[in-house]
Amino acid sequence: MSMTLLYVQTLNGLQLGVLLFLIAAGLTLVFGVMDFINLAHGVQYMIGAYLAAMFTALTGNFFYGLALALPSALAFGLLLEFLIFRHLYDRDHLDQVLATFGIILFLNQAVKVIWGAAPLSVPIPEALSGSIRLMDGLLYPVYRLAIIGSGLAIAVLLGILVSRTRIGMLVRAGASNAPMVSALGVDIGKLFMVVFGFGAMLAGFAGAMVAPILSVEPGMGDNLLILTFVVIVIGGIGSVRGAFIAAILVGLVDTLGRVFGPQVLRALMDPSAASQAGRALAPMLTYILMAAILFFRPGGLFPAKK
Amino acid sequence: MFAKTKMLLPAALLALSTGALMAQEKVKVGIMVTLSGPSAVLGQQARDGFNLAVKTLGGKLGGVDAEVIVVDDELKPDVAVGKVKGLLERDQVNFVVGPIFSNVLQAIHKPVVDSNAFLISPNAGTSNFAGAQCNPNFYVTSYQNDQNHEVLGKYAQDKGYKKLFLMAPNYQAGRDALAGVKRHFKGEIVAEVYTPLGQLDFSAELAQIAAAKPDALFTFMPGGMGVNLVRQYRQAGLADAIPFLSAFTVDESTLPAQKEAAVGFFGGANWAPDMKNPQSEAFVKAYEAAYNSVPGTYAMQAYDAAMLIDAAIRSAGGKLGNKDAIRAGLRKADFKSLRGNFKMGHNGYPIQDFYLVQAVPRPDGKFQTSIRQKIFENYVDVYAKDCKLPN
Repeated sequence: MSMTLLYVQTLNGLQLGVLLFLIAAGLTLVFGVMDFINLAHGVQYMIGAYLAAMFTALTGNFFYGLALALPSALAFGLLLEFLIFRHLYDRDHLDQVLATFGIILFLNQAVKVIWGAAPLSVPIPEALSGSIRLMDGLLYPVYRLAIIGSGLAIAVLLGILVSRTRIGMLVRAGASNAPMVSALGVDIGKLFMVVFGFGAMLAGFAGAMVAPILSVEPGMGDNLLILTFVVIVIGGIGSVRGAFIAAILVGLVDTLGRVFGPQVLRALMDPSAASQAGRALAPMLTYILMAAILFFRPGGLFPAKK
Repeated sequence: MFAKTKMLLPAALLALSTGALMAQEKVKVGIMVTLSGPSAVLGQQARDGFNLAVKTLGGKLGGVDAEVIVVDDELKPDVAVGKVKGLLERDQVNFVVGPIFSNVLQAIHKPVVDSNAFLISPNAGTSNFAGAQCNPNFYVTSYQNDQNHEVLGKYAQDKGYKKLFLMAPNYQAGRDALAGVKRHFKGEIVAEVYTPLGQLDFSAELAQIAAAKPDALFTFMPGGMGVNLVRQYRQAGLADAIPFLSAFTVDESTLPAQKEAAVGFFGGANWAPDMKNPQSEAFVKAYEAAYNSVPGTYAMQAYDAAMLIDAAIRSAGGKLGNKDAIRAGLRKADFKSLRGNFKMGHNGYPIQDFYLVQAVPRPDGKFQTSIRQKIFENYVDVYAKDCKLPN
């Protein structure tokens, strides 16, 4: 195992982490502020990718496509909130899970009806199509660096927004004690809507950003959603800072564990047993991490103060 | 016990009489393929290929008016069993054509072969039904699952590659794929990587491949996984350095999304759209005109399934009630397969040629696979010897 390989894999882990953060940020706010379990959050990510694919094809330019996809994703999130989610805030968690799961099924199918079942592809924008040689024989697309860069930039912006602005203060207050915020004269309905739309847009942004490196297909958000829930539970529900740290942690553990886990095991046991065990253990690592963190800090790394 | 016989007897009589009546009327075929979820495009190709054959035959199979009922197995074995029982008991079909996926085949095999109908698989061909569990009511128009992988293992061996990097999703078909490659490749396996099923970002694995510096990569990544792997492999600059050998990863179902990224990548198949024979050329032309997409092996095998049924009914003189005559017709497989050379083995699996295929661009901007060289001729699957049916 060379240092270069470790360094490349760390970069890969960072990229997954940033992606998870973009999705988790919205989810943790919605869950934390509104106490609302939104399983359909992964679908927002898929919608973002499809919108980017559609607008890129229409305009012939990825950046125009992205610029059009973001407000559309926001509008779509607000539409969902208006039509469905706002009627669920007062219901218990099981109702929310059922309803939002139904939305997953509905939208996955709707996407198939509109764009077809075959995966779509979005070309990497010309300006970012270069690549750099990280190690012998491996090129790292500049675009992947752009994903990491934009994700980190959004993390910083979000951090400032949440900790330094009035709306951020209300969001933090809402995460701690929503009824009290409401009693103090804040229109909590409006706040919920803003948070929800914003979260949807962030997930949509993540989807749009990955469209050029992953294929755009129905159900693409479903796998990621589970990891995202792991992230917000580790980070502490309602905490953007926790979501960021947890996302990077999960991204690194998942990537590095998958690659180096079998190699470490091989040093400890015979090769065939190691490959068997590695195959079984690697996908479990993130969940083992979650269990360990929850054992020591049941509220997650940065729980919202109640 | 008595009550059961009493109920069964009229049911059996009814089945017999309706069967006799149907012989004069029409042949019913139930198509069960995956039409929802990310893999729906495979099922769509199979459905369209079958329908095209029936259309070409003037809406008849073996001279008898045909009724085709299409159902979606949703890629869920439990759902498939429920729906196939509907086809058998409610619709009283004479043939079930399906499925695409092997796990669904395992579930619907017994209900169909134990019934009054024949099961014709246009894609899935698992090892157990090719060997000891072969059945005279089950026929496959595709291949035995291992064979496409064996093509690449043989090619890598013949080509003189010394080091191969293997990668597949961590599930039964993935493990079978790697076993199939290793059957003919005798060189060194530098790594055998299993990824979680459904993984879409392969950046970590690509770095491993670059570090291992193999002579070639063999991978089995069906559907969306393959689309992502191929594009990322190209983006990582590995495409020009390390040959990409695969099965079910670069084909007409994934090429519309992979596009230029897949050009030059190798696959193993029993047919490609540029197969040189009159029936295949006519088929490709008609399919493209009807569905505006390039047919893959899924469409070809379903088309051949319809032609096989047509030939079997014809050889039985149109008598659907005469199961033995139809069975003999299926076994004889007296039709012009789109792949040219085609015989039905005694285990119900085809004996056919296999080719190395390569993804190429077409003048109209679409992409397809193209035959490069014949790897196996009259290839019998390795499990056929365990099948106890008469030759």
